[in-house]
Amino acid sequence: MSNLLEVRDLHVTFRTPDRIVHAVNGVSFDVKRGETLGILGESGSGKSVTLRSILKLHPTHRTRWSGSIRLEGDEVLDMTGSVLADLRGNRVAMIFQEPATAFDPVFTVGHQIAETIKRHTGKSETDAWARAKDLLEMVRIPSPAQRLKAYPHEMSGGMRQRAMIALALSCNPSLLLADEPTTALDATVQIQVLLLIRELQRELALGVIFVTHDIGVAVEVSDRIGVMYAGKLVELGGVEQMVDAPRHPYTRGLLASTVHGGMRGRRLEAIPGAPPDLAEVPAACSFAPRCKYVEPKCLAAPPPLTAATEGHLVRCVGRIDTLAA
Amino acid sequence: MDSVLSVDRGGPAQPLLLAKNLRKHFPIPGGLLGRATRVVRAVDDLTLSVAKGETLGVVGESGCGKSTVARLLMRLIKPDRGTMILDGDPVDEPHGITVNELRRHVQMVFQDSYASLNPRLTIVETLAFAPKAHGLPHAEARGRSRDLLAKVGLEPDTFADRYPHELSGGQRQRVNIARALALRPRLVILDEAVSALDKSVEAQVLNMLVDLKDEFGLTYVFISHDLNVVQYLSDRVLVMYLGKIVEIGDVEAIYGKPQHPYTRALLSARPTMDPRRRTQEAPIQGDPPNPIDPPSGCRFRTRCPFAESVCAGTEPVLADTGKQSVACLMYVPGSGHSKAA
Ligand SMILES: Nc1ncnc2c1ncn2[C@@H]1O[C@H](COP(=O)(O)OP(=O)(O)OP(=O)(O)O)[C@@H](O)[C@H]1O
Ligand SMILES: Nc1ncnc2c1ncn2[C@@H]1O[C@H](COP(=O)(O)OP(=O)(O)O)[C@@H](O)[C@H]1O
Ligand code: SF4
Ligand code: SF4
Ligand SMILES: [Mg+2]
Ligand SMILES: [Mg+2]
Repeated sequence: MSNLLEVRDLHVTFRTPDRIVHAVNGVSFDVKRGETLGILGESGSGKSVTLRSILKLHPTHRTRWSGSIRLEGDEVLDMTGSVLADLRGNRVAMIFQEPATAFDPVFTVGHQIAETIKRHTGKSETDAWARAKDLLEMVRIPSPAQRLKAYPHEMSGGMRQRAMIALALSCNPSLLLADEPTTALDATVQIQVLLLIRELQRELALGVIFVTHDIGVAVEVSDRIGVMYAGKLVELGGVEQMVDAPRHPYTRGLLASTVHGGMRGRRLEAIPGAPPDLAEVPAACSFAPRCKYVEPKCLAAPPPLTAATEGHLVRCVGRIDTLAA
Repeated sequence: MDSVLSVDRGGPAQPLLLAKNLRKHFPIPGGLLGRATRVVRAVDDLTLSVAKGETLGVVGESGCGKSTVARLLMRLIKPDRGTMILDGDPVDEPHGITVNELRRHVQMVFQDSYASLNPRLTIVETLAFAPKAHGLPHAEARGRSRDLLAKVGLEPDTFADRYPHELSGGQRQRVNIARALALRPRLVILDEAVSALDKSVEAQVLNMLVDLKDEFGLTYVFISHDLNVVQYLSDRVLVMYLGKIVEIGDVEAIYGKPQHPYTRALLSARPTMDPRRRTQEAPIQGDPPNPIDPPSGCRFRTRCPFAESVCAGTEPVLADTGKQSVACLMYVPGSGHSKAA
């Protein structure tokens, strides 16, 4: 399969009035057509910044970026004007945790989806509404014709999230960016929306990047999983490789500290400390202050991302092969 | 400042807290002349007891009334009806204890670690505030606060004089927990207290909660939407749906042999950690209905795979089924449900 998206050595730095934030510090990955890449990481690790970079959504005057983001061969970071608008409108779509950011409260859901379709395809009013109805049907909203006339606030949380997915898919994107789209949903609704995204991804052969801080959610939707820490991918591999044989000490710590059934009464293996401040460019392994395997060479330079086995990349120079799994 | 209530009085068999038939409806302003016409039935006829030294977990989806229960148990809001008894003493009744006395022994930790701390007070001032208000001398209150900081894993010399904005979310939540312990309460209600924390930090705080419970002989009511965390911490678990208890029992029974269709759906909606056993089908469809006009009869019937016409007309009450209590007509002999004995 060819690569739909290629991100190479992406760096993103924000200038704020009182400091500089090195949010993303050299991220590289690919997404194939019809593949879901899960990106897992704690708050502030740079997941959303990475995702928004693919749409060039950062404030231009305060953001510095370098590296390369190629969608079907086209360099995103060089795009401006109508080319960038085409990228955002027709080629890449994004869904968020909060559907309120996608819908305007004063128009009906049908109106907003139909307008988007008209703007991007030049379809007639009637055809656009017909397509909007098909889209609601596709995201399994019951009585879609009626629901087109609903305002966003008249829908339940799960239904709004489905409608946002319909809006995102209205322009036939090849890549769907999902930033924690189920985090705010209730448990019984979250699983419905996860399954929907998985089904649509298959039906439409979409490339998907799914950002989450929940390992279970990542396991449900991903073909491969990347783990981010302090603005870098520290490990990237197939979902089974990542769950069965995680190699980076941070990934292992994250799995060990995630509570799941059968851990009752056992003491949890917490990772001590907290993630680093992003005010400086890391000069060593960013995880070193929290890592129980730290040794002098971890502090000499930032470790590179190297292949541990076929398709399994790890950013660690420690003697991880001798570590207990 | 330690009142007579701090010591155990009724013995281990007497519940620490007993709440009977609590009800809280919130009127919705609007309608003609701003008169309230409809109500949110946040909590309806809820009876529960909390045993001394246990952790009672409370689970349910958003809006089902978990936080309202927490606020009722602490009397941050007044129930429309119902009674509460703290270790044998009726609360807010002529021969019982006052609401202020109750609040000394029942403390609460909320999800939002930032909003619940005063940004203008240093950490040590925050912790000393309530003990001083209850008459503890200044120096003693500060000394106790520094001890508490150490107990929640924050080095006093480093953290005592910092302000809330100088702490991480996990550190602020430790401060909130320390503050809840400052008056030496008997019962601590934790409402989504670890929900905003990252997993690696959540594990630190959970370990700490276990240690503090042993050290101070605490009783917890632990409210969370995270079923795994509730299973980890709780001795007994209470499952809520639209303002009602649908099932309550020992943690092994609830997680091992859940009986209520909602409990079963909730448990199987958990994402898997095993890529070879991904969820193939959602256990139930739709969203929880609005608590403004809950369905008649069984409130779960609009989503229940076993609903029958009898479920619309008869409201199931909690009935003991051995290891747990369940509110479902399938477990009521002679109820008319085809699956009932
Ligand atoms: N526009 C901005 N200006 C300044 N700093 C920013 C901006 N956007 C993000 N950051 C910072 O960049 C870092 C990474 O943020 P990002 O939103 O990518 O985190 P995340 O991994 O998505 O976290 P979460 O799980 O909390 O959503 C954070 O320190 C954040 O505060
Ligand atoms: N002060 C209030 N006024 C009106 N409605 C309220 C108020 N507090 C809670 N509610 C409503 O009561 C129901 C239960 O809320 P809550 O106890 O916060 O649920 P949970 O904590 O389980 O998410 C919800 O529908 C909520 O919107
Ligand atoms: S490089 Fe060293 S400090 Fe960093 S994760 Fe590996 S062992 Fe730990
Ligand atoms: S009473 Fe009826 S609707 Fe309610 S849970 Fe039992 S079977 Fe389902
Ligand atoms: Mg984010
Ligand atoms: Mg709540």
